[in-house]
Amino acid sequence: MAQILIVDDSASMRNMVTATLQSAGHDVQNAGDGQAALTIAKSANFDAVVTDLNMPIMDGIELVKNLRALPTYKYTPILLLTTESSADKKTQGKQAGATGWLVKPFNPDKLLATVARVLN
Amino acid sequence: MAIDLEQFYEVFFEESLEGLDAMEQGLLAVSSADEADPEDINTIFRAAHSIKGGSSTFGFTAIAEFTHVLETLLDEARDGTRTLDTGAIDLLLQSSDCLRAMINALQAGNAIDTSASAPLVAAFEIMLASPNNSNDNTSVPAGPSKPATTSELSSNTHLDIVAASVDNLLSDGGDSNIDYPDDSGSTQWRISFKPEAQILLSGNEPLRLFRELAAMGELRTEANISNIPAFDQLTCDECYISWTLWLTADVSREDILEVFDWVIDECMLTIDLANTETVEQEKFVPLAAERSQPPAPEQPKPAAVPTAAPEKAIAAKKASESTAGSASIRVGIDKVDSLINLIGELVITQSMLSELGSNFDMDKLERLNSGLEQLQQNTRELQESVMRIRMLPISFAFNRFPRMIRDLSAQIGKKVELKLSGENTELDKTVMEQISDPMVHLVRNAIDHGMELPEKRLAAGKSETGTICLNAFHRGGSIVIEIIDDGNGLDAQLLYNKAVEKGIITAATELTEQEIFALIFAPGFSTAAVVSDISGRGVGMDVVRRNISALGGRIEIESKLGRGSTFRIHLPLTLAILDGQLVRVGSQVYVVPLVGIVESLQIKKELVNKVSGNMTLYRLREDNVPIIPIHQEFAIEADNTRLEDGLLVVVEGEGQKIGLLVDDLLSQQQVVIKSLKSNYKNIDGISGATILGDGSVSMILDIPGLIRRVSDRKSKQKKPAAQHHAA
Repeated sequence: MAQILIVDDSASMRNMVTATLQSAGHDVQNAGDGQAALTIAKSANFDAVVTDLNMPIMDGIELVKNLRALPTYKYTPILLLTTESSADKKTQGKQAGATGWLVKPFNPDKLLATVARVLN
Repeated sequence: MAIDLEQFYEVFFEESLEGLDAMEQGLLAVSSADEADPEDINTIFRAAHSIKGGSSTFGFTAIAEFTHVLETLLDEARDGTRTLDTGAIDLLLQSSDCLRAMINALQAGNAIDTSASAPLVAAFEIMLASPNNSNDNTSVPAGPSKPATTSELSSNTHLDIVAASVDNLLSDGGDSNIDYPDDSGSTQWRISFKPEAQILLSGNEPLRLFRELAAMGELRTEANISNIPAFDQLTCDECYISWTLWLTADVSREDILEVFDWVIDECMLTIDLANTETVEQEKFVPLAAERSQPPAPEQPKPAAVPTAAPEKAIAAKKASESTAGSASIRVGIDKVDSLINLIGELVITQSMLSELGSNFDMDKLERLNSGLEQLQQNTRELQESVMRIRMLPISFAFNRFPRMIRDLSAQIGKKVELKLSGENTELDKTVMEQISDPMVHLVRNAIDHGMELPEKRLAAGKSETGTICLNAFHRGGSIVIEIIDDGNGLDAQLLYNKAVEKGIITAATELTEQEIFALIFAPGFSTAAVVSDISGRGVGMDVVRRNISALGGRIEIESKLGRGSTFRIHLPLTLAILDGQLVRVGSQVYVVPLVGIVESLQIKKELVNKVSGNMTLYRLREDNVPIIPIHQEFAIEADNTRLEDGLLVVVEGEGQKIGLLVDDLLSQQQVVIKSLKSNYKNIDGISGATILGDGSVSMILDIPGLIRRVSDRKSKQKKPAAQHHAA
């Protein structure tokens, strides 16, 4: 199906998102922070990126900015994982070039539906 | 979708506990610093945020609600609208304890008890409702967000559940919509959508939005291409088209808005009922103006509230399992990789041997023998690798002390500063677990009995704040943990009298100072006049010594009255691992503990000074460093015996430096220390042995031991000389 990059510093969330997307047949790679994600992103051509916002080393917003600066990720769908309490983060994320967001908590079905929304 | 969320619980528990540790350390750093480091606050916030995100996703509502208040407070701290004062830090520390207990309860398969967290939540709400407590420079109304957050909290779960069920209904409706497109409930909507030119650059493809609308019902689109510029002015990543869409479906305006949720600030959007006469003008969404108040109803997003309460689910599951805790450790990837490599080698050996066995005759005996030798080596290496997995840095045991000391010193009104060193010294996990309690006891004792009150310290000419050092290092094949305080020290006379009084010794017993100190480990011995909360029940020290002996270790005391005490725990470490520099002298390879190495250098002739006897010094900047030729020390053949061409490894131990003359510097590697004592006998200057990758045995140099050997010799040389003078 699609190649998707998951970025989250929380191993449990990362595992959950990864397992869910894999169960839908997607080819998933993951990273624990923005910096690591950027390195992985450069090495392949992902169809979508799903990233957490609060992360050490490089946060989600910085990652989005950095990805958008790469020619291969100019139009790639990038979804933010946010919590309902960070409405201003959504705006910041949008301004940095994120495609949309998925609000925590979400269940596997919601995740798959949202990812399906951005994949052609 | 059959993703079982339960499989992620254990990882969540573990990372949450780690997060709580990080949070606690961050809080302690903030509380001890004059100005909070934003990075510390970020770390604390991130920990709370991650726990909240995970717990809500995995359905641990009680934890999610609790962390929500923490997060709200921390968010203010992060934005700079609130300073974390002592009250807030205390509350956060208590909360981290409470969260830890909650997670431990879940881990053990018990239901969460909110009786401990409820008062904390209430305290947070009071704190949040009051404007910033300590800082006046933030007269910015920090108010507006607060009532909102508290109400959000209280209604949160209900909203989530409602939203989830609404969402289910919606998605059901969406799927089956095709079945009744002509349903009388259908409405025709007219949507005018004019995206900004930049919309494609956020990955929002208009076509995708239309596809979503089309999934809701019947969609007709009309594109307005009048704004497309001449070809030579066309920028390929800009969007020049606007659309009018007619959607016939049984959906509300909110449903349509939700499709445009992500692009609402990047477009002009109007949604009207197509069949009403008066065209109801949906408000335009200017670009930045209403950003602070998004026009789309900010629906709390459908929540993943798993149907069965997972707290109960695991409770049931765990209860059926045996109560044996599934303890786990985090292992560095390099250790796992080396295991995998070793397994690979083992497989090769195995296939070689089985091929040999299937077609064996006596000619192949030699090959069989070498194969078996290889197998033996594989097994040994594998065994060592597995042992290494159990090794953890002692920081795991040290990390609980900053918090403990903060609480303790506050409780008894003493000022104590903690210094840690050697935190990366590795120790077997089991040993670590068992040494942890004795260490706690010793530290408590040091603060309670050893450390004086601030006034008394000042009167004694010491600094008001006392210092406790925890130090760990490898020495002579054992690990040494030191607990050093600069308190009052032990009073030998007092201890002696006390022991006599308690009938532990008889009045006339003659004891050395060391023996008197050792009395505090005798059962039933307590020096504190008043038994306090913290220590002094006299049940502790003998247990400490017993626990240490049970690990095959020993404890020794050094103390100076009025200056402080050092409790030194030696633990034998047959499996301690050491970072070593391999050096070659002749045909022998020695391991020099990396931690003792100051520098390695090529000897410059003009800096070598011969002094009396056969002592040679090397001028190293301000120091004169005695040169120890290893080949002389251990009576072996070296390639090079001339100082001028040699390599010098300058090492330091017990506050002294010496230079080891070697032939060659080889690689650096971690080596497993094998005790020489148990296999051979103790040798001065050698702390143990190790087996190198090629199977050969290499001696590990004991730097302090070598230094002692050298100084012993020096003093022996001096003595006859002195006598000679006298004569």
